[in-house]
Amino acid sequence: MKKITTINSGVIPLMRDNIDTDQIIPKQFLKNILKSGYGRNLFYDWRYKATSKEANPDFILNKPEYKQAQILVTGENFGCGSSREHAVWALKDYGFQVVIAGSYSDIFYMNSTKNGLLAIELPKKDRTILASIPAKEKIIVDLPRQQVRYEKYQFDFSINPLWKHKFINGLDDIAITMNYAKKIEAYEKEIPNFN
Amino acid sequence: MKKTMFDKIWHQHVITGEPGEPQLIYVDLQLLHEVTSPQAFEGLREKNRQVRRPDRNFATMDHNVPTVDIFNIKDLISKKQIETLAKNTKDFGIRLAGMGSKDQGIVHVIGPQLGLTQPGMVIVCGDSHTATHGAFGSIAFGIGTSEVEHVLATQTIWQTKPKTIGIHVHGKLSKGVYAKDIIMGIIAREGVSFGTGYAVEFYGDTIRNMNMEERMTLCNMVIEGGAKMGSIQPDQTTFDYIADRKYAPGNMEKAVSYWKQFYTDSPDAFDKVIDFSVNELAPFVSWGTNPGMAVPIDQPFPKIKNEEDKKAYEYVGLKAGEKANQIPIKFVFFGSCTNGRLSDLIIAAKVLKNKHIKNGITALVVPGSRKIKEKAEKIGLDKIFKEAGCEWREPGCSACLGMNPDRVPAGIHCASTSNRNFAGRQGAGSRTHLASPAMVAAAAIHGRFIDIRKEII
Repeated sequence: MKKITTINSGVIPLMRDNIDTDQIIPKQFLKNILKSGYGRNLFYDWRYKATSKEANPDFILNKPEYKQAQILVTGENFGCGSSREHAVWALKDYGFQVVIAGSYSDIFYMNSTKNGLLAIELPKKDRTILASIPAKEKIIVDLPRQQVRYEKYQFDFSINPLWKHKFINGLDDIAITMNYAKKIEAYEKEIPNFN
Repeated sequence: MKKTMFDKIWHQHVITGEPGEPQLIYVDLQLLHEVTSPQAFEGLREKNRQVRRPDRNFATMDHNVPTVDIFNIKDLISKKQIETLAKNTKDFGIRLAGMGSKDQGIVHVIGPQLGLTQPGMVIVCGDSHTATHGAFGSIAFGIGTSEVEHVLATQTIWQTKPKTIGIHVHGKLSKGVYAKDIIMGIIAREGVSFGTGYAVEFYGDTIRNMNMEERMTLCNMVIEGGAKMGSIQPDQTTFDYIADRKYAPGNMEKAVSYWKQFYTDSPDAFDKVIDFSVNELAPFVSWGTNPGMAVPIDQPFPKIKNEEDKKAYEYVGLKAGEKANQIPIKFVFFGSCTNGRLSDLIIAAKVLKNKHIKNGITALVVPGSRKIKEKAEKIGLDKIFKEAGCEWREPGCSACLGMNPDRVPAGIHCASTSNRNFAGRQGAGSRTHLASPAMVAAAAIHGRFIDIRKEII
């Protein structure tokens, strides 16, 4: 996993609640055995016209002034529905480093911690301010200090210390867990057998 | 201190970590399928890692499989995913109910059917409807592919213990009202994220009186309310269901006496309690683009409250104030991990017997597993469905999510026994209306939803 510390980037507002993972990456793009290449189909049904499959100029990801932004600001219950990790891979592959939502589905949140996508929770009043920032402006997401900053504004966010440690150091979960191999082995010896 | 069933199972599985922090939890069983596992196996290969306990993993193919001519997969990428799972399970020594195997079926149908799903277990799968297995008194939840890889390598998973909600379900269901209506009713009332951060337990007299298949329907859809786990205390109904199944414990007596420790001491132990009476419950139909957008059959669709409602109405081509009996149904889907079990097919067949679906409707019947298909054919259900004008198909996830060729065309309203009515879920532009198997069967006959309490049952 790539390390994440401080990100200085523009913001893409997509202020809808309950954006499900079927909308983030529709099922026809799950047919892949790789982890990469999903970015071009991120938010597919919103991003491309239904019949011609051309870019929909009204959708925010297609507006030239938002092309470089790496921070998505959105509504409540982001990433609900299907457990597909492809949703996180698509956001990362597109170039997003950070999502700022009111809340997340539990599975989406766990998936984000495995892939270096920083999923931050902020209340609606803070997100409304971030969503109204002009496209050319940048904000700072400072993970070590757990702050989102823009001009006079400073929003503090909370994050579990273990996830924070993983993000900042780019650690691999399995390698961490392997340190507990002896405990796992001891546990397995105690599992009851009904045969 | 009083404990919930969830607390007891969780506590037994902690390898390391403190409460409130992410804890390392032992996983008794991981179920695998072709769509969310290839990258996990690839990850193991890249790091030269092994599967720690192949015997605690079980795989099948369901999301992608065709329901006609199963060995002739025209979609090359689907074919590749299926071949990849066959190779991965062979290379790593994992049991596979592969294409055409008598044990093949939807992963959440075959786990219980084979007796793999047992009380007191921690069960995971790269699929959000893993909540289904909680019906047996286990902790069961959906995970992402990185977590699948982690479980393969270590047989454990890092999780922060969720809080608990007890849903007290009580009263007697009217004829024509089912477990599906209970869970749809709960989500319609409480919203699609009421359970986020929580593990749900259903309890009460209504639950006690349910068979295992009804309990599975209930737990299956708890994820649509945001809770990634839903469970029910195991009882004699549970034990009787497991006994004699392929992977049931050899010594059932010993197992049952162990399983009996898993119960909630008192509802006080839950962080939150929700009360749900079913006495007056009506059959539910979803109108919009998430499972919370649903109404009782006799109630009008709600007023537009926000942008999300407005977009939903635009997408489905319906208006606030209309009723479910005005939806022009042109497609019907019986199946899925929610309602693709034998009892669901029996209920639907009972409604369809000696009747015919309305002209112009396409109706797919997709049993949840090959075993269910066999059993259904043995009691003649296939004939009832076919004589009524339905297509009797091979098992799989099928049109619940349309990853195989079974899709609902754009703009078409589909009455579906599945679990999600998201935009595009059953095919680009498809309009899904979730309901119970009996309601869907009646809709197939009439070309619109009717109140089956009054007109049929």
